[in-house]
This record gives sequence, structure tokens and C-alpha cells, in this order.
Amino acid sequence: MSTSSTRRNVVSGIIIIFVSIFVVRLFTIQIADNSYQMSANNNSRRYMTDYAARGVVFDRNGKLLVYNQPAYDLMVIPNQTAAFDTAELASLIKVKESFLKDALKKARSYSRFKPSVVVKEIGDTTFVSFNEQLYKFPGFFTQMRTLRKYPNRIASHILGYIGEVDDRVIKDNTYYAQGDYIGISGIERSYEEQLRGRKGVRIFLVDVHNRIQGGYQDGKYDTLAVSGKNITTTLDAELQAYGEYLLQKKTGAIVAIEPSTGEILALVSAPTYDPNLLVGRVRSPNYRILVNDKNKPLFNRALMAQYPPGSTFKLVNALIGLQEKVITPGSVFTCAGGYHMGSLKVGCHHNGSIDFLYSIQGSCNAYYCNVYQRTLDDKKYKSVAEAYLNWRKYVTSFGLGVKLNTDLAHELEGLVPTNAYFDRYYGKNRWKSLMLISMSIGQGELGVTPVQMANMVATIANRGYYFIPHIVKNIEGQDKIDPRFMEKHFTNIDTSYFELVIEGMARVVTGGTATNARVPDIEICGKTGTAQNPHGEDHSIFVAFAPRHNPKIAIAVYVENAGFGSTWASPVASLMIEKYLKGSISRPDLEKYIADKEILIVKK
Amino acid sequence: MERRVNLIARLDFTTIVLYLALVLLGWLNIYAAVYNDEHQSIFDFTQRYGKQMIWIVAAVFIAITIIFVDSKAFSAFAYIIYGVAIVALIFVMGFAREIQGARSWFEIGGFRIQPAEFAKFATALALSKFLSGYNVHLSNNRTFAYALAIIFIPALLVVLQNDTGSALVFLAFMLVMYREGMHGIWLFLGFWFVALFVVSLLVQLWAVMLVISLLSIGLFAIYSRKWNWIAGSVAIALIFWGIIQLVLVYFYQINKPLLALVLAFFLSGVVYLYWIYRFKIAYAMLILIFQMSSIVFVYAVDYAFFNILEQHQQTRINVLLGIEEDAMGAGYNIRQSLIAIGSGGVYGKGFLQGTQTKYNFVPEQSTDFIFCTVGEEWGFLGSITVLGLFLFLILRIIYLAENQKSAFSRIFGYSVAAIIFFHLTINIGMTIGLAPVIGIPLPFFSYGGSSLWAFTILLFIFIRLDASRWELL
Repeated sequence: MSTSSTRRNVVSGIIIIFVSIFVVRLFTIQIADNSYQMSANNNSRRYMTDYAARGVVFDRNGKLLVYNQPAYDLMVIPNQTAAFDTAELASLIKVKESFLKDALKKARSYSRFKPSVVVKEIGDTTFVSFNEQLYKFPGFFTQMRTLRKYPNRIASHILGYIGEVDDRVIKDNTYYAQGDYIGISGIERSYEEQLRGRKGVRIFLVDVHNRIQGGYQDGKYDTLAVSGKNITTTLDAELQAYGEYLLQKKTGAIVAIEPSTGEILALVSAPTYDPNLLVGRVRSPNYRILVNDKNKPLFNRALMAQYPPGSTFKLVNALIGLQEKVITPGSVFTCAGGYHMGSLKVGCHHNGSIDFLYSIQGSCNAYYCNVYQRTLDDKKYKSVAEAYLNWRKYVTSFGLGVKLNTDLAHELEGLVPTNAYFDRYYGKNRWKSLMLISMSIGQGELGVTPVQMANMVATIANRGYYFIPHIVKNIEGQDKIDPRFMEKHFTNIDTSYFELVIEGMARVVTGGTATNARVPDIEICGKTGTAQNPHGEDHSIFVAFAPRHNPKIAIAVYVENAGFGSTWASPVASLMIEKYLKGSISRPDLEKYIADKEILIVKK
Repeated sequence: MERRVNLIARLDFTTIVLYLALVLLGWLNIYAAVYNDEHQSIFDFTQRYGKQMIWIVAAVFIAITIIFVDSKAFSAFAYIIYGVAIVALIFVMGFAREIQGARSWFEIGGFRIQPAEFAKFATALALSKFLSGYNVHLSNNRTFAYALAIIFIPALLVVLQNDTGSALVFLAFMLVMYREGMHGIWLFLGFWFVALFVVSLLVQLWAVMLVISLLSIGLFAIYSRKWNWIAGSVAIALIFWGIIQLVLVYFYQINKPLLALVLAFFLSGVVYLYWIYRFKIAYAMLILIFQMSSIVFVYAVDYAFFNILEQHQQTRINVLLGIEEDAMGAGYNIRQSLIAIGSGGVYGKGFLQGTQTKYNFVPEQSTDFIFCTVGEEWGFLGSITVLGLFLFLILRIIYLAENQKSAFSRIFGYSVAAIIFFHLTINIGMTIGLAPVIGIPLPFFSYGGSSLWAFTILLFIFIRLDASRWELL
């Protein structure tokens, strides 16, 4: 009997050991190891993205600049397809049969059960005709995406473009996933968060064949897509288009600002390109063409090109001279065909005594060499370096040599050299006013971007202050724009001195260097300039604002390789001002002459 | 009338309650596994859960019928029932349509009956009858051979039907044989060779052989305590190995040290045999046989695995042993089954909330893989509850069996316990990746009439026998 009870215990023991092994194993996979939980979710949950419609963009008058156009991605789930004619499908969606076959092969190798994109961005019209035939191709379906569309084909540099996010962005920002669009330049980039809206996600439960079985938890964790905010820009579409027309065969830039607000009315960089070229499927081939264009159409000259300001800079030096009391409104200097000091000579085309107003009207170099020399050698200051430091403070208060902090991407700060720069160049305390004399007439080490130049003119038009130039006037659902654009930035110059300079600028147009800028019934105040260009013909510059009282527009025009400021830049500015203030052009011949003249570095 | 009242009073209600609990839990889990929104009613007869309810009702009738059969009848008709089962197994091979590669179902008006399921209780009856005979002892070699024949004739017929899984179940009777006096060495050898089989595929062959040899030498040392003998035998084996290796390389240009080692074992075995004969040491003989057969077995397994088995069979075994990761191919079932159970966590996802089973990621989720639904929807707690119920049931049957006055009832009880245990081990072991994927159902749980009825018959015959344990059979 003892042996049978032993045997009974052995049998029971074996059974208990086996069950215990199972319990341990169950504990391991169900409680200790989390990986099965994740695998289960991967298996059964499908996250479907609801793409949010991107916000549209208007000009200041409510004219549409950018809107969305539906495009359709053709998707396939390989294991759900039946036999079909690839040639027929290819001709329906207007792609090459070989392309379609490759895409299908790729989809199959990715997954037989999960959807993948076969052809991206089938156009609206192709889609309509294809959709009627879709029933013939089981396993295929379409998914709507939106593409940007630019009805006026203008302002490509300002509006910028969007493209699929790259891996780097996805890694840094959890919002984005593969296949999402993101603003790459212009407003699309600087206002990405407002424009993109918020994509929604719907979670579905799918079975082993990837067939949807229902919503996860009755949609408790689903989110709705929120459309992007619409943006009204400060641009005047007509003025912008007109500026692009005038510079259609030139390289250069135009920036027009409303002085009383800092709103950018037009921002032209020439040559430009049709923004529709950088949309969807055609983007990469077109991008390649534009990048290789010797005239650099993708380069935003208005924000990124740094030119010497030329004679337009005399306005600033005049104001500083008056404020520092190194000259008075009655100061007169003699010009003998230039400024002579030892071996140094700065050429000029005047002879005789030049007074303050004429120094602006006739753009006398000798006058400003004197002003600048007095400013830097002012006995108030212990050294030239200290005087320069003081002078530089004035200059930067005009927004020159510093980043304006606009709402446009890729803005540069320009160049107004610091003391350290000259210390390095000449040695500490080894530099004298004469060494810097070319800066008196806006040449030498100075670099100013067109937008900074326009802002400088706007500051003069405002008699001493500016608002940071900006491109966005209103964002849907937001009652105010960024407060930094509502704040006046004052210069260190007394308001009273401005009237004197403005009088000089008015005379530039009525009887000075830019009489060709005259427009009947509009009092334009301007200043010509010529930026020396070591690589070729000088750049033609003109800055202006109008009307003289209660100014509505301040403008800076650069035309590269076009010689004197008066030859090309001033007529362009004058036409722009007339267009903006009057709405029509009284000088069609001038307009045609300006627009048709070709001045490109590399001829097309 | 009074006798009937007594009969019902003497039924073991613990076992019956366990039975009912398992059957109902099985039904609920089948419902959860194949549930879909279009057929929400558990009584929808177009669905598997509706059909299972019919099987359950029928099973209850079968159980009641068995309760009212005279307990002496089972013993009396044991051989006849066994004979009918054998005939049915032969017939099914000749007449049945092939379903999933096996000829093992009779089709009678839409119902499928699987004789193999019923062959189990028939074999249990026959074995019980045979072993409970007057003056029958398993220590007698002829008796032992007869008993093996009773067990393995139906098993062989089931193998011929291409249903190896069901045939393996007959191995469960070895536990019964052990309880009834079979030498424990057979049970030990059974486990030993299964372990060797697994290890020889997992570990380098020479290492396995080394371990076997060391084990044999160790055994020999424990018994003999003669160190010079041990040193001598090891030296002889090594010398033979060296000679054979040299001969193979120089005369046959074969550089196979392992083959040389196996040959060396045999040559030195001859020398050992001479010593054993000379010095009359019987235990050494046994140890030698144990060692030699183990080495031959390991070498044979290795050879068979790489030279006889087809690629897909090799893959299957490799996946099971964790040598190969093959999530989409042969490993798919195991992988999905593990995901379903593993994702259940402590408390599970809740009734009808299992995504892996409901959406068909797990194959055969209402039959062979029903335990996945338990694991996924009821979690660790649900899983150990079900395991606990089974363990309780099996131990209860063993307890009752031991209390039987008649050997027939006791042996039959052990048969029931062993068959349920074997099914439980293989089925649940398969779903949690501890046993090969052999398609045998989880008793009382899995969908299907044949299986449910066969287990009901098996269990209730024992309950009936137990109820009349005071009557002498």
C-alpha cells in the first residue's frame, strides 16, 4: 500500500509541477513583459490622420493670395486588389505604365495588408474622370490632400512654400509625422503654427486582414482636425504685382512700407518666379531648375542682399551732424570738384559753395565728407573711437546694422562696423576719421538690406520713429498682432531736424538729382544713391516717401548693375508711388520703357 | 425508487460543479472569441456559440443517461466497446472524406463525429478491464506487452488517419500504467528521452554526448567507488577516439571527430562489456546500456532532423525551441497567441474587449486556441483561475480514484485524469509557447461536439462508477 501511495504522489506531483510551470510562464508574459501589450496595439489599431486644411492668405484688401486646392493621392492595399489592366489605370491617372508598375511593386514589398501611396497628388480634373472608373479597381482608393494654389502668381518670396517634413523635423517635433506638410520659407514658415491648424486622428480597430471593424472605444480618443487660421497680410496685391512687373527683366528689390504702421505694402525681389512652380509633384524638378539659375531667383534680395547704401546714407549723416551740432542748418562748405585732404580725394561734380539743402538736392560728396570728419573729430569726445561709437548708436537707432526682427524668415542684419572691427583692422586707437571717410557718402564697409533702407526712409517720413516692418495685418481669431509691431522705435534725433532734411529730399525730386521721379499732384521726397559695385556696373538706388505731409508710403528701390540712382531706381519708385496713391499711371511710356529694359547679370 | 435517490445522493457534486463551471466558461469564451456585432445573441444558432449551446445541452443529456446506466455494464461491455471503436477507426479511414489532410471524421447529416475522440474512453475501459483482471500484474512481461497493445493499437490507427496529435494523447495512459505497477524507470526514460530530444537540437552534439558520458561515469563511480576502473575506461575511450580519428583521416580522408567519437564509444563499449562479463557487475551493464542508447538516440535525432525531416518541419521545431524567429511563417500562430495572452495583463481587457482574438489575429481561436481568449480578456487572474479549476478537477478525480474499492474504477479514474491532464498540458502549453503546435482541444472548453461529448462520457462514466463504489463489481 505504501508503494501505491508513493506512486499516487508521484503522479500528483508531476501534474502540479506542470501546472506550476504554466503559472510562472503566464506571469512572465502577462505581467513581467510589456512587449506583448505593444505588439497587440500595433496589430489591431490603425491611426488615420485627418489632415487639417491650411489657412488661406489674403492681401490687405481681402484679395486672395494663397488658397487650397484638393489633390488626391491614389492609395492601394495590395492584397485586396483583383486582376486589372495596368495600362488602363496608368492612362486614367496620366502616368507612365512603367512608373505605375514600379510603384505597385514598392507598395507590395512594403506591406500586402497596409495601404500605401501609389501616385501622389492626382489633379482635380484627372481625379473626376478617374473616380468614375474607380470601381473597376478594387483595392484602390483615394485620399484627399490639399495643395497650395497661388491665383495671382505673385509674392513668391514673401509667401514662401510648403513641403513634406524631413526626418530631422520629425525627430525634434512630435507634432509632425511622415507625409505631413510644413512651411519651408516665407510666411508659410514664420506663421507655420497658425496656418497649419491641428490635424485630427481617428483610431480604428482592424482585423487580421486590415479591415476596419469599428472605432476604438467608440471614438473616445479621436480628435477632430482644426483648420488653420486665415491670415490677412499687409501686402497690396496690385502694388506687389506692379513692382514685379517693373522689375521683370532686372535684378534688384523694392520694399514699400506704410510709415504710420510699419506695414509692408510690397516686397519685390527680382528676378522672381511663379510660386505655383513649387507645389506638389512638380516641386523638386522645378526647384532644381531655379537653384541652378545664374540670376538666383530663389534668393530673396529684399531681405538678404546687403548693398552699400550709397548717397542715400547722406540723409542719416546730415541728421546726425545737426543733432551733434557739428553743423547748423546754415553751414556752408566749399566743393572744388571733391573733397581734398592731403593725398585723399573724394570726387564730386560741384564747384563752389554748397549749403545744407543743396547738399541733399545735389548730393554733394564734399559736403558730407566735411560733416563726417567733424562728427568723428568732435572735441566733445576723447577720441575718434568714442565719437564713432556715438555715431554708430545714431545709425543703429534707424534700424541699420541690426536685425529689425520682422516676421519674415531669413532676415539679415546688414553691416555697420563696430569699433572692434576697426580695432582689428587698423589696430586699437590707430584709426582716424579720414580712414573712414567713404562711409560719409554711404560707401565702404557699409551693408544695408532693402528692407532696412525702406525702414530708414519710413523713419524719416515719420520724423523720427519707426514701427518694425511686418507682413501680417491680422490673424483669424486673434484680435491683435504681435505687440512688438505696435511699438514706436524712436531715433536719437530731434524731430525738428527732420523737417530740414525732408525739405532737401523734396528738392531732390523737384529740382535735384531725381527730377524724373516727379509725379503731378504728389509731393514726393526722395534721395538717389549709387552703390559701388566692384564686380561690375554700380547699383542704382532710390529711396522716397510721399506725400510729404502725412506720408502714406515709404519706398526703397535697388536695381542692380543699373548705374546712377536717377537712371532706373527713381522712375521705378515714382511709378510705384503713383500706382499706390492714385491707382493709375499717368506716364504709360515711362512705364513701358522701364519694364521692358533688360538688365540681368546673365541674359536669358 | 429508493435506490435512485441514493444514487443521486452519492454522485460527487464537487466534480459535477467543476465540470459545469468549465463547460460554461468555455461557452462564454467561445462567444467572446467569435463575437461580432451582427450576431449579438449568445443563442444565435448560425454562430459557433449558438451551436456550442446545442452541444452542451446534448452533453447534459448524455451525462444524465450515463448516470442511469447500471455501473456493472461498463465493465461488462468494456471489450465490446473497445472493439466497436477499433472497427470505427478502421472504417473511418476507408470511408471518410479528407478534411484538413486527415481522414478522421464521420459525417452524419451535417454532424461530424470523430471516432478518435471516443476511442480514448473505449481504450480506458478496455485497459481498466484488462488490468483489473484476477492475478494480472504489470511486473509480468507478457501482461505488460498486452497492456501496451491495448493502448497503442488504437493510437496506431489514429496515426494512420494522419492525426498524430490525437494519437499522442494515448501516451497519457503511461501515467496510468505507472500507477498500476509499471516500473518507474520507463516513466523516467520517457521524460529523459524527451529532454534529450530537445537538448540535442538546442546544444552542440559533442556537448550533449559529453554530459551523457559524465553522467554515466558519475553513476558508475557512485556504485563502484573504484577510481582505477573509471580512469581506465576513460583512457580506453580517449585512446580509441584518437586511433579512429587518425585512421579515418589517413585511410579514408574523412575528418569527422564526432563520428570518430561515436565509433570510439562503441569500440570501448565492447571492452567494457568484456569487463562486465568477467567481473560480473550487473549495474554497470545497465549504466552502459543507458549511456549507449542515449548517445545513439541523440545522434539519431540530429541525423533525422537534418536529413529526414522536410524544411518546413525543421522550421516548426526550431520555432518551438526558440532557435528561429519566424513571426510571419511557422512562428505566426505561436507569436499571435503569445501576443493575445501577453497583452491581457493582470486583469485582462474585459469580456468581449479582446482585440487579438476577436479580430482573428489568433488562428483557430474558438477551438485549439481558446485559451488565448481567456488570457486576453481575463488576464493573469482569469488564466490561473481556469488552470486552477483544471488542477482541482484532475486532483479530485485522482483522490476519488484512490478511494475506489474496485481496481476497474480506480484504473478508469486514473485514465480520465491522465487524458485530461495530457490535453491540458499540450493545449495550454502550445498557446503559451511551451509545447509544439499539436491540434488537440482543451477539454470542456474548446468548440466542437465530438470533443465535448467524448470528455463528458469519459468523466461521467467515472462519476457513475464512483457513485457505486460500495457495490462490488
